[in-house]
Amino acid sequence: MSLLSVTDLHVFYGNIHAIKGISFEVNEGEIVTLIGANGAGKSTTLNTVCGLLHPRSGQVVFNGENVTKNAAHQMAGKGMVLCPEGRRIFQQMTVRENLEMGGFTRAQGDLEGSMQNVFDHFPRLKEREKQIAGTLSGGEQQMLAMGRAMMSRPKLIMLDEPSMGLAPILVEQIFEIIRELHAAGATILLVEQNAQMALSIADRAYVLETGRITMSGEAGDLLQDDAVRKAYLGE
Amino acid sequence: MAQFLEALVNGISLGSLYAIIALGYSMVYGIAKMLNFAHGDVIMVGGFAVFILMVSNGWQPLLAVIAAMFICTVLGMLIERLAYKPLRGAPSLAVLITAIGVSYFLQNAAQLLWGANPKFFTILDYGNLTVHIGDSQFNISIGKLLSVAVSVAIMVGLSLFTGKTRIGKSMRAVSEDRGAAQLMGINVNATIAITFAIGSALAAVAGAMLVGVYGVQLSPTTGAMPGIKAFTAAVFGGIGSIPGAMIGGILIGLIEILVGTFVSTDLKDALTFAVLIVMLVAKPTGLLGKPMREKV
Ligand SMILES: Nc1ncnc2c1ncn2[C@@H]1O[C@H](COP(=O)(O)OP(=O)(O)O)[C@@H](O)[C@H]1O
Ligand SMILES: [Mg+2]
Repeated sequence: MSLLSVTDLHVFYGNIHAIKGISFEVNEGEIVTLIGANGAGKSTTLNTVCGLLHPRSGQVVFNGENVTKNAAHQMAGKGMVLCPEGRRIFQQMTVRENLEMGGFTRAQGDLEGSMQNVFDHFPRLKEREKQIAGTLSGGEQQMLAMGRAMMSRPKLIMLDEPSMGLAPILVEQIFEIIRELHAAGATILLVEQNAQMALSIADRAYVLETGRITMSGEAGDLLQDDAVRKAYLGE
Repeated sequence: MAQFLEALVNGISLGSLYAIIALGYSMVYGIAKMLNFAHGDVIMVGGFAVFILMVSNGWQPLLAVIAAMFICTVLGMLIERLAYKPLRGAPSLAVLITAIGVSYFLQNAAQLLWGANPKFFTILDYGNLTVHIGDSQFNISIGKLLSVAVSVAIMVGLSLFTGKTRIGKSMRAVSEDRGAAQLMGINVNATIAITFAIGSALAAVAGAMLVGVYGVQLSPTTGAMPGIKAFTAAVFGGIGSIPGAMIGGILIGLIEILVGTFVSTDLKDALTFAVLIVMLVAKPTGLLGKPMREKV
């Protein structure tokens, strides 16, 4: 059953037609990846799905409910969370406070359990619990951003370029954690410029080019596709 | 020595009054990212509310202040809802001009309702405390001491609120990154409304102190000067920063009284602003203002 289904989405920035009628879906339990060059419209797509932007036309259906016109702050409570590009953690708050904000929609009594779950995946965050988030390293900040997103125990986690700006060893770690989250039952929509990594972890993939989906299919098939290899895997 | 101590106490007391006004500017700036120019006029409305309730209706001071806080809270939330919320996302110049418009609107409405003649108000005289140091002695007004105590209690309460409570923390989150806060499920509009409510309640307390303790005469423009001084204090401390507003308020109060006592009363405002300018040249974000850091 499809958890997220996007139909014929058009998004504009003023006169700029950034998303030109895309449709895709994410089924429960899948990792789906959206790959594409810088400026293709990946972030715009995720921001529209979670309500930070609103489409001029088209539909977003989440968990059987039409959420196209919903405000962003309503989505966390419905079980959808975006871990945004550039992490956007609350720099001046502590690690623990950041996680508390991630669990804002949960009952106070649920917070400890959610936090424990995050610390199980990211023991590093436990060590840094009281530290001001802005003083963390880039890799730790990405972990915090992901942990914060997990705090609401979402049905769907959307990750916008989680590997951006990280050293290769940290990229490996982040993808390992995405695998773990998936194994623990999370449905994941992953946006990446690192197409090699994204395709190797995903079940299915869509290729976005200047606001249009130009290819889609099993991630393994796209990984073998000549055009994809040429355009996105640097061959 | 005695004169210096007296000036010091008066400066701290005036400064703590500026501090609670500055908190209103700074919190609203931090969270709604706008300068609420009408904040000073909410102080004036609070002053009139206390005056009318006590003088005309014979209410007890404490009850009158609580009622004034309620009135100003409602007023502040109404201003936000009717004048500022429709402009969310509009260019900041449009918001600023609207805020100036709201300020004139409140002053004119006050003039219509209560007339332009200044009213004096000297009900809250709690007497003086005489302090002896060696041979010299000086007086401290107990009313002013009380107002310092109230201000300190407000500052401590507000620090605990923003530091420890769920809503207080969500206000800090909104002030840092509105979009990210929304993704957490935080309702930004509701958070901004709460901020206006708190700032306006504080304005009512400030209005009560101004007319009740400091003997400022009450007229439709009463809020303007303390409003500008407190705004200066908020910028001085680093606008958007809560501890910055507190420290900025107290420093501006101290500078004003010390300059007024030892240099010249005519120069006190000019010198206060000169100190502000020097400070901003040295540190453009204000005393505790943090530049936005990006870490990759
Ligand atoms: N705030 C904005 N205002 C105007 N144009 C924008 C804005 N954000 C993105 N765009 C444009 O929309 C297109 C898609 O951008 P984006 O979704 O950020 O791409 P990606 O995430 O794939 O790199 C780009 O051409 C970009 O220049
Ligand atoms: Mg992007």
